[in-house]
Amino acid sequence: METMNKIRVLVAKPGLDGHDKGAKIVALALRDAGMEVIYSGLHQTLDQIMSTAVQESVDVIGLSIMSGAHLPICEKLTAMMKDQGIDHVHLVVGGVIPGQDIQPLRDMGVAAVFPGGASFDTIVSGIKGLFQ
Amino acid sequence: MGVARYTKDEKGAITEVVYQSGMKIKPVYGPQDLADAGFSCENDLGEPGAYPFTRSLHPQGYRSRAWTTRQYTGFGTPEQTNERFKLMIANGQTGLNVAFDLPTQMGYDSDHPLAEGEVGRVGMAVDSLKDFLTAFDGIPLDRIGSGLTINAVASIMMAMYQALGETKGFDKTRISCTPQNDILKEMIGRGAWIFPVEHGVRLVGDSIEYAVKELPRSNPVSICGYHIRESGATPAQEIAYAFEIAKAYIDTVRQRGIDPSDFVGRFSFNFNVYGNLWEQVAKFRAARKIWAQMLTEEYGITEKKKLFLRGLFGGGGSGLTKEEPENNIMRGAFYALGAALSGAQTTALCSFDEAYTIPTPRSALLSLKTLELLMDEVGLRDTVDPLAGSYFIETLTLEMADKIREEMAWVKEMGGIVSGISEGMIQKKVSQQAYAFEKGLQSGEYKKVGKAPGKEDKGAEVELHQYNEVWAKSSKDSLAEVKRTRHEKAVADTLRALEKAAKGKENVMPPLVDCCKAFATVGEMADVFRQTFGEWQEPGFY
Repeated sequence: METMNKIRVLVAKPGLDGHDKGAKIVALALRDAGMEVIYSGLHQTLDQIMSTAVQESVDVIGLSIMSGAHLPICEKLTAMMKDQGIDHVHLVVGGVIPGQDIQPLRDMGVAAVFPGGASFDTIVSGIKGLFQ
Repeated sequence: MGVARYTKDEKGAITEVVYQSGMKIKPVYGPQDLADAGFSCENDLGEPGAYPFTRSLHPQGYRSRAWTTRQYTGFGTPEQTNERFKLMIANGQTGLNVAFDLPTQMGYDSDHPLAEGEVGRVGMAVDSLKDFLTAFDGIPLDRIGSGLTINAVASIMMAMYQALGETKGFDKTRISCTPQNDILKEMIGRGAWIFPVEHGVRLVGDSIEYAVKELPRSNPVSICGYHIRESGATPAQEIAYAFEIAKAYIDTVRQRGIDPSDFVGRFSFNFNVYGNLWEQVAKFRAARKIWAQMLTEEYGITEKKKLFLRGLFGGGGSGLTKEEPENNIMRGAFYALGAALSGAQTTALCSFDEAYTIPTPRSALLSLKTLELLMDEVGLRDTVDPLAGSYFIETLTLEMADKIREEMAWVKEMGGIVSGISEGMIQKKVSQQAYAFEKGLQSGEYKKVGKAPGKEDKGAEVELHQYNEVWAKSSKDSLAEVKRTRHEKAVADTLRALEKAAKGKENVMPPLVDCCKAFATVGEMADVFRQTFGEWQEPGFY
């Protein structure tokens, strides 16, 4: 049988926002799709997210952001990933993301954006697609 | 179709309907259903305004008084929030419902590194009494009551409200505030918790005890089934877990030697109106009854007014879709209709653009006008509890009451709500349900108009509230000004007194009021608690 490494995903909730239903159900969906999922828990600083990502040697960091602060958060995290030499890890973002912000996020180096309403299929195939 | 589970035959006719709380719905109801369910007009219904209050809290319902409307309001700087408060009041709103930004909710000042990007974003930034003085400028605090959507640091904000009133010349006995102050629900959903469970509950206890003695018109806790429902609970679980949480608060205050009859009348609730219309109506009618029965049977409360399930039935956030957002205007109207048919005492409605961001003035007013329209134009004030006696509604209300009691029994088996939350059992159940429901929505098993399997949102054209970085700067400048001009020794002294109270058993509220009056900041007061209590480690949810 072909051995395939499971995609390892850190589902993380950066910042102070506590609306975690989206993060939790996406974590469950990714797990059901055969991925190895680590859930950060709430109120994570970007330093904490970085250190978990490194420790767990994840392939993907998935941020769930509902507060509207996705632009400043992603700007900072992509810079930190570059600084610490883990920019090979794919950063994806979901949550309350207005359409107008998708391109700016992509320009920062975010690999995929899944605004509220994105289906589990879209998210799963979007993440798998990053490895093809 | 809808949030219930519908089965259809090959011709598209509905063969089975099962509501989220688990009730199976028949195509036709008649007198036999009431007989089978053991319905008794006298025991299950009673007169409106009489025990067990299934029909209404007041004998004449909305005839004597229309509902109070409290749209959730607040953003940016205290000046802007003040302007929006005045706009809502000028348009007929009769109470305030204050939104705080995340740093404030989490006990960080606007200049804290963790606050970056969040100051003034989802509510107003409050660092010190100065901000409250600005936000409530010109608001008659003896006539307009304020709901404060704050939990982990609710004790601080309640103290701040007293300091505000006293500074503006309103005696603490004349002002009325309702902090949400429900830390246990934050741990199930919404997530704005800071301190470990037992310390969180102690702060709730301190503020209830203090309000009983010092703030006769304030309601120290508003228990929110609302957010539990938003996190994935069924309507029956929403009520059951909220009541179990209420019991945890009652018990913690009772252990201090205070009789529940001295304070349960001051509890209020916040419940959700999203979902199937009939299920919501049955939920509220059953909830009023169970609450009154529970207080009577378990706590020996007899005085009528103390048995009232008072609160805000409204919101409906989970029902809104990003797709075709204008549909949310109609959704909101139907959710509000459900609230009105349920005899909601206070209400508020999510605005149609809230699937995107916090509302614009235009969308907030649309919600307010929807609520006004139901009362003044459609006829909801005509007669009390208009659905009473319906074969369907009365059967459903009885079935709903059974479901609520089953869920309460499950919590009891777990050793109570505090241990259920500490161990993550409730969170796990609710998250699993949220996942199953979302899968059902995506597969078309559940239906929402404008949302179809395989069809994804392209992003609609709506005018959105825009966040402005300038607000953060303005808050930081204002905070710096406070720190420059306040009396540092008074700040240090009052914070020290707070620390002493927190470490011991003394009530933290009096020292908190002193801290607020000395212009200690929310962050400074919360830091005292952080250092004394530590922070909660949430359990896993898989």
